[in-house]
Amino acid sequence: MNLQDCSVSRSSKAARVAAILAAVGLLVLIAAPWWAGRADMRLMGELFLYLSLATLWNLMAGYAGLVSVGQQAYVGFGGYMLFALTMLGGLNPLVAIAAAGALGALISIPVAVLIFRLRGAYFAIGTWVIAEVFRLSFAQISALGGGSGSSLPVAIVKSLASGRAMREALSYWLALGAAVLVVTAVYFFLRSRQGLALTAIRDNELAAGSLGIDIWRTKFIVYVVTSAFTAMIGALIFLQKLRISPDAAFSVNDWTAFVIFIVVIGGIGTIEGPIIGTLVFFALRETLADLGTTYLIVLGVVAIVVMLKAPKGIWGVIRSRYDLQLFPLGYRVKHTGQSKEN
Amino acid sequence: MEWLNPIVQGTLLGGLYALFAAGLSLIFGVMRLVNIAHGDLIVLAAYLGLTVTTATGMHPMAALVIVVPAMALIGYALQRGLLNQTLGDDILPPLLVTFGVSVIIQNGLLEVYTADPQTLNAGALETASVAVGGVTLGILPLLTFGIAIAVIWGLQWTFYHTSLGRAFRAVSDNQDIAQLMGLNRRHIFGLAMALALGVTAVAGILLGIRTSFDPSIGGGRLIFGFEAVIIGGLGNLWGTLIGGVILGVAQTIGAKIDPGWQVLAGHIAFLVILAVRPNGLFPRVSG
Repeated sequence: MNLQDCSVSRSSKAARVAAILAAVGLLVLIAAPWWAGRADMRLMGELFLYLSLATLWNLMAGYAGLVSVGQQAYVGFGGYMLFALTMLGGLNPLVAIAAAGALGALISIPVAVLIFRLRGAYFAIGTWVIAEVFRLSFAQISALGGGSGSSLPVAIVKSLASGRAMREALSYWLALGAAVLVVTAVYFFLRSRQGLALTAIRDNELAAGSLGIDIWRTKFIVYVVTSAFTAMIGALIFLQKLRISPDAAFSVNDWTAFVIFIVVIGGIGTIEGPIIGTLVFFALRETLADLGTTYLIVLGVVAIVVMLKAPKGIWGVIRSRYDLQLFPLGYRVKHTGQSKEN
Repeated sequence: MEWLNPIVQGTLLGGLYALFAAGLSLIFGVMRLVNIAHGDLIVLAAYLGLTVTTATGMHPMAALVIVVPAMALIGYALQRGLLNQTLGDDILPPLLVTFGVSVIIQNGLLEVYTADPQTLNAGALETASVAVGGVTLGILPLLTFGIAIAVIWGLQWTFYHTSLGRAFRAVSDNQDIAQLMGLNRRHIFGLAMALALGVTAVAGILLGIRTSFDPSIGGGRLIFGFEAVIIGGLGNLWGTLIGGVILGVAQTIGAKIDPGWQVLAGHIAFLVILAVRPNGLFPRVSG
């Protein structure tokens, strides 16, 4: 076997086919306001926002080793910033969503400096403390309704678009756009130099450090960027809900437990995992939601079983069996000569 | 004098937080496991106490005779059946599995006991008090604080004066060598979890007598216990008691300034100590 017989490439046939299918699928999804009913559009909008949250949590936990159980801090913060900036600051909701992201990044800096002192599982509980501090603090702000929360005034809702159908379509497109933005941003981030450093840290922190990677700084960047995006998603979530309260905004079940289950079931540490996990999660929810609390117990059991029996999740099982990678991150060596095996 | 009362009450409240924290601290010390379901297990113990007292008419303190062994048994089974499989270098499996356990316990309790707040009826013990130097002390908080000291003393004694404690320290230092010396670490971990949940049972019953509880409050109790552990310094049980006291005092002083600030003040005290002394006040082992 000569060296000339080999070529190194990042892409693969499966990835190219997937990219084409994804582009077609995206066009179909963009056109949803013309073919889907209102309930379906709401559900899909929610699905896209969960997909975004799961992708972001996966970037932190699956790649940067920052297992947080306190991402509800930024979901709630973003939601409250939307309400504060539109109701008290008079901003247009769309501008407020972007501003919520910027403010989320800003507030995550001192938070990171503080809780990065905690390691591993203690870091996880530390993030939860931060989320509780946010919840209790926002409950003290009477201008935003205090403990009982407030609704978005009709005038602000109407400033998005006057007609109801247009408003719903816009809300749907924002959610879809957010999901596409988050998944592509994470994909290109992981392909970049920083992403390579991150993958190295994930695989072996000690070795990565000895190769000159600034571990603290890399994790810090991931935390701040994730927080900014999570705050924007939070603003979008509460733009859909039109009502916010401290308990709903900073709910550990809604914004962290579900997200963790999605990532674990789909496959942690892969881009495909959260996408599959979100689809499975919504399929389960739509079929089992009538069971109420039993549904959550089932979800917990499924997550535990997956974690113990197939720690790489559904996508991990698929990948190990078929050697597939739809979002090509690594490089592969291919034989271009006669031999077909590789 | 005006401030003496909240400080004294907060100190006594700290005893309860130290009990929340002791089990957490013990498990981390022996097997480096952080149990996210710890708070929910405290609440589970309170509900077991409720079932025992309503079924038999026993006093909640007497119900400890049943609830403590029951929780210890649950702990041993949980460790051997589930948590032992998650231990290793990767921190993700124990974290996510205990998170799953937390969700299961919480919703299981909702299913069985509904979301209605409950309380354990301890009769005269709930309201009895003594006046000491101008400050009125509740008998229950005093008793709680005394039990906390006794439990921590007992755990220390177990750790340093019994063969079980020697086994705990051995697996904590080096699991593989302990195994070579003829200790079955899976069994030792099971016993550690049993002991930890025995302590948790005491904490749960005292919590249930002191305040009302419902299935959703586990997360908050986990956080209080965790804060006490970190403030006191990892691996130091007496430090954990002091951590609990600092947290309790911060909360009662916060509540005196504004009732809405009670829990928030505790969190802020924790964050301040984390900023100033990242390893806690009296660290013994590194995280």
